[in-house]
Amino acid sequence: MSTPARSANAPSKALLEKIFRTAYKIRVFETEGIKLYRQGLIRGYFHPYLGQEGIATGVCAALREGDYIASTHRGHGHCIAWGADVKRMVAELLQKETGYCKGYGGSMHIADISVGNLGANGIVGAGTPLGVGAALASQIRGSDAITVTFTSDGGSNNGTFLESLNLAAIWNLNFILVIENNQYAVSTRIEESTRETDLYKRGLAIGVPSFQVDGNDPIAVHDLTREAVELCRAGKGPVLIEARTFRHMGHHVNDPGKYMPEDELAYYKGRDPVDRARTALLEMGGAKTQEIAAIEAEIAAEFEDAVEFSKASAEVTPEAFREFVVGY
Amino acid sequence: MAMREIMYRDALREAIDEEMARNSDVFIIGEGIAERGGSYKVTEGLLAKYGPKRVRDTPIAEAGMIGVGVGAAIAGARPIVEILYVDFAMLGMDMIVNQAAKFRLMTGGNGRVPFVMRTQGGAGGGVAAQHSQSLEALFYHIPGLRVVMPSTPSDAKGLLKYALRQEDPVMFLEHKHLYMTKGLVPDGEHIIEFGKADIKRPGKDVTLIAWSNMIPTTLAAAEELAAQGIDAEVVDPRTLVPLDKKTILESVAKTKRAVIVQEANRRGGVASDICSIIQEELFYDLDAPVTIVAGLDIPIPFNLTLEKASVPQKHDVVAAARRVLHADPIELAAE
Repeated sequence: MSTPARSANAPSKALLEKIFRTAYKIRVFETEGIKLYRQGLIRGYFHPYLGQEGIATGVCAALREGDYIASTHRGHGHCIAWGADVKRMVAELLQKETGYCKGYGGSMHIADISVGNLGANGIVGAGTPLGVGAALASQIRGSDAITVTFTSDGGSNNGTFLESLNLAAIWNLNFILVIENNQYAVSTRIEESTRETDLYKRGLAIGVPSFQVDGNDPIAVHDLTREAVELCRAGKGPVLIEARTFRHMGHHVNDPGKYMPEDELAYYKGRDPVDRARTALLEMGGAKTQEIAAIEAEIAAEFEDAVEFSKASAEVTPEAFREFVVGY
Repeated sequence: MAMREIMYRDALREAIDEEMARNSDVFIIGEGIAERGGSYKVTEGLLAKYGPKRVRDTPIAEAGMIGVGVGAAIAGARPIVEILYVDFAMLGMDMIVNQAAKFRLMTGGNGRVPFVMRTQGGAGGGVAAQHSQSLEALFYHIPGLRVVMPSTPSDAKGLLKYALRQEDPVMFLEHKHLYMTKGLVPDGEHIIEFGKADIKRPGKDVTLIAWSNMIPTTLAAAEELAAQGIDAEVVDPRTLVPLDKKTILESVAKTKRAVIVQEANRRGGVASDICSIIQEELFYDLDAPVTIVAGLDIPIPFNLTLEKASVPQKHDVVAAARRVLHADPIELAAE
């Protein structure tokens, strides 16, 4: 079960463009966001998704309106892949009232319930039971909506991983658990956290269809997720996906990540998910380099607009704050 | 209004049944709650009436089931998660404290968590230290939670129905000794808003503030005090969060004396906080120091005599009331 089958049909150009746009948008958001952080415009924590873009991109491209996602502390990529408005994301990071959470949440708590984004989460592993809960709500309501929770190798060692995936299994929920195995829980290597580093096998142990995929290959991630979605909608859920990947830097912007071996980092950078999405669009999708350049320019401009919008936005006033918290 | 005398557990079942009938988003999960009908028979008959989709047994996985309830609530459903003992809710504290309680603020109000955790606590019957705690202070301390502690069948029904219609996470804390107690419950739709204290016994000489299973104890103490010519008023906040400070303060302003009775151990307890509110608001009106009767600061022992010695009894309440009334001669320390 460890090797995903390539879909029989080659991906359409439209899908390849969607995948490239998403992956590239995440790359720009994180790269430019770090610059804003260095300028002191973003405070608090900032956990970049750099290097892992292929996973959120591939997974979300296989979902549809009405589905749910639950994310992690490293959650910007999931939001963007889910179609979030970059303006409101940047505004949230800049603590502005126009942000998704009006500046009450910040990087680790962006959520938009109105479109099924159950939110990033500051507690590693916590999104798993929350996602199962959304899947349960869907089942009770007779909806065939899918819920995807993104978790990690770190999150997979929390007790709720087993508790909630097991609940999803006994109740046959439309739930897909995606382990982004970037091989580090903050700075602790996967080999130091578990004897069995093929994390998808944990799902097999409790009767959950489980697969492993190269997380740096957004097309492969997409194809596998589509299969998982089909399994769920056929009543054979939940599904566990382990996507292998590697961060491009430390745990957060102020972690130099010196514990990450240079040769291994170089290996994964040589398999960069954004480059692979671009190459796929060029080679499989037959796009021209000018088209790619136009997409990249458009996304860069979108981010610049978002920064301008956010800078010009107001913060919640202490008066509005006091009104908001009445009754707590 | 027509009233019926029913048990606390039946009142809870009526509340769940009526709300499940009214709103298809209401469902209940817990250990042994479906076929078995729950350890205290609260959910008896619900499986047959509402089916296995909305009445589900769970494995013994409190963190998972509380988390799943919170997630379902975030997605807009109205889960009731029954936890056998409040002691076991400790396994799910991340989901309660870091997720449910925080979500509304963290999302700037775009997310709400209409989640109800029903559980029971309290000592009695020799179930020992891990099945006897009164842990309301832990939840009381966490901003974002609602803490409900009904003492009568009527309050149990009315407050649970309200819990299932409001939008915030509710810690609905029942008491293992109350399930079989009886009381009058109004016929028809019966809903009690949070934050409305109930004067369980009017009086003029001293205010006794108590909740949950300390209400029967305190009412019995009030009867004994009445026989001694002391007219005690018994105030039941019913919900600790939100707390009806107004009713408490009005009563104490009238009697000028207050005793707060809690089964939980004293240190860091809710009684201490209510005490601080009273002294801050009414210091110059008080005729005696505000007094707390509380459990000892120890884990509850198994031995029944020692268990009884660990939590407030009627005579402790009577003695405290007499103390704030200066009803007994002052004993001077021997030279």
